[in-house]
Amino acid sequence: MDHTSFLERWFRRAALTVIIIFFMFPIFWIVLMSLQTNETILRSPPSMSFAPTLDNYTAILAGRLDSNVASMGIDFVNNLMNSIILSVCSVAVALALGVPAAYAFARHKFRGSEDIAFTLLSFRFAPPLLVLLPLTLYFQEIGLADTYLGLVWVYQLICLPLILWIVRGYFEDISPDIEYAYRIAGHSWFSTFRKIALPLAGPGIAAAGLLAFIFAWNNFIFALVLASADKQPVTVGALAFVTASGIQYGQIAAAIVLSIAPTLALALWAQRYLVEGLSLGAVKG
Amino acid sequence: MTDTLTTRRRQLISPRALPYVLSLPALLVCIGILIPFVTAIYYSLQRYRMSQPWNRGMNWGENYVKFLTDSDFWNTLKVSLVYAGSTVVLELLLGLAIALLLKKRSTVNNFISIMLLLPLMTAPALAALMFKLMTNPNFGILSYFMQVIGFEDFRWGSSPDTALFTVILVDIWVYTPFMMILLLAGLRSLPTQPFEAAALDGVPQLEQFWRITLPMLMPYILTAALFRLLDSIQQFDIIYAMTQGGPGDTLMVFQVEAYLNFFQSTNVGRSAALLLILWAITYVLSNIFVKNWLRLRERAKGGA
Repeated sequence: MDHTSFLERWFRRAALTVIIIFFMFPIFWIVLMSLQTNETILRSPPSMSFAPTLDNYTAILAGRLDSNVASMGIDFVNNLMNSIILSVCSVAVALALGVPAAYAFARHKFRGSEDIAFTLLSFRFAPPLLVLLPLTLYFQEIGLADTYLGLVWVYQLICLPLILWIVRGYFEDISPDIEYAYRIAGHSWFSTFRKIALPLAGPGIAAAGLLAFIFAWNNFIFALVLASADKQPVTVGALAFVTASGIQYGQIAAAIVLSIAPTLALALWAQRYLVEGLSLGAVKG
Repeated sequence: MTDTLTTRRRQLISPRALPYVLSLPALLVCIGILIPFVTAIYYSLQRYRMSQPWNRGMNWGENYVKFLTDSDFWNTLKVSLVYAGSTVVLELLLGLAIALLLKKRSTVNNFISIMLLLPLMTAPALAALMFKLMTNPNFGILSYFMQVIGFEDFRWGSSPDTALFTVILVDIWVYTPFMMILLLAGLRSLPTQPFEAAALDGVPQLEQFWRITLPMLMPYILTAALFRLLDSIQQFDIIYAMTQGGPGDTLMVFQVEAYLNFFQSTNVGRSAALLLILWAITYVLSNIFVKNWLRLRERAKGGA
């Protein structure tokens, strides 16, 4: 009995170590690469002993890439700014549109409410290109092509269903009795919503907003189809950077690290809420 | 009393219209999205190449009929199904195994499950680039490992033999944590009595797993698998960032093929028809998914 449990414990530890190595190694290695010069990256066999340098990061942040062959300008900071602008604006718009709608769906079962809610959810599962390709032609006609406004609108395809369904769940969890009591005391509908419902669902709304931010940040296909170089977020920008800079592997690694760092940091910070959000409220963490 | 009356009178929106007013903006945004959807159906019924505007016209379903004898289309369907099927099955098995290992709540286990969130929060397109750097034939660490264990000429994404394996590996790296997280939450929410009873009766661990854990976990497994299947059959980011569908047509899944049809060969009609077939597949899958998901959601609410 003791013997098997010892074996089992040993097996568990070994399995978990392998799992951690598999899932953590790529991130670890890319960070290492970003701290090296091209010479040490290209060494064979690869080695972990090198003098760390921040040159790759300073080159990217300064926007100049100097090599012994030539010097070229890089605009990766612009991509980072675009990612911030697009994600923040998309989440803000999705919250402004989605939270009142989620409240309506949770509190008032009106005719067609379930159908509308499900139509919104179905956008989450439809192939994005189906909408994007005709949209490129429309956007060119109405002048939304290659604008932040047009992109933020399309980003609602991912942000809005997420916020609507997560926040709706949180509103449904709040007992309506508190709101009734406040209304009976003579307060208007709007002040009940603002003073009672919103604060009570606050943590849920924040969690949904964070998750929507991460998904907006990580999105690739919308901007690939609809944005030109000066509006592209990091996901598309990094791919273009790989093609343009060719062999500047250290800088590419640094650009990737800068691009994934914000979402990873947010995920670690808000990990408690992620489970519920990722399953759209079907699984409690 | 008078105060109440004035607030009542000041209400501009009648209570009955209120829910409609609240959900209207969200609805309008979506109607804006439905218009291109209808346009896509219209395009799919046309002979429409942007390079030949004079030749444009309705051809009523000819695009679809042509698919029957189009080997590229069958290749697309095959690659998409193989990709989706193998990623979902592998991620499910691996995710379940990890969830079982981490089932017990302890500091170490919680720490590991938080760490495993990181791949999931990495943008799939960037994850593909990370693996592209690691599989570079000159300095890639994974290429080096392959050499060490005896595969001298393992060319990862650039060889037709291993390209599919490479993108599936990236998909597994990114999305296995998703399965793991859902199944772990499911495992931890199971009632403990059946397991205690089985332990008292001396039922072996393995039989406990097959007879109790697995059946009780089934709703979670189904939901997680369908969720991933819906995403995986539409995979674009990883494949496009890694090989753009190549080498040759090895990785031409639906969305990559439709994207290249639209932007490179400018065959709008064929591209739209491809996407509508993909949409039909996801529509059926999403209906099954939503049913499962709603049942699970009700249970989560009841249990909480």
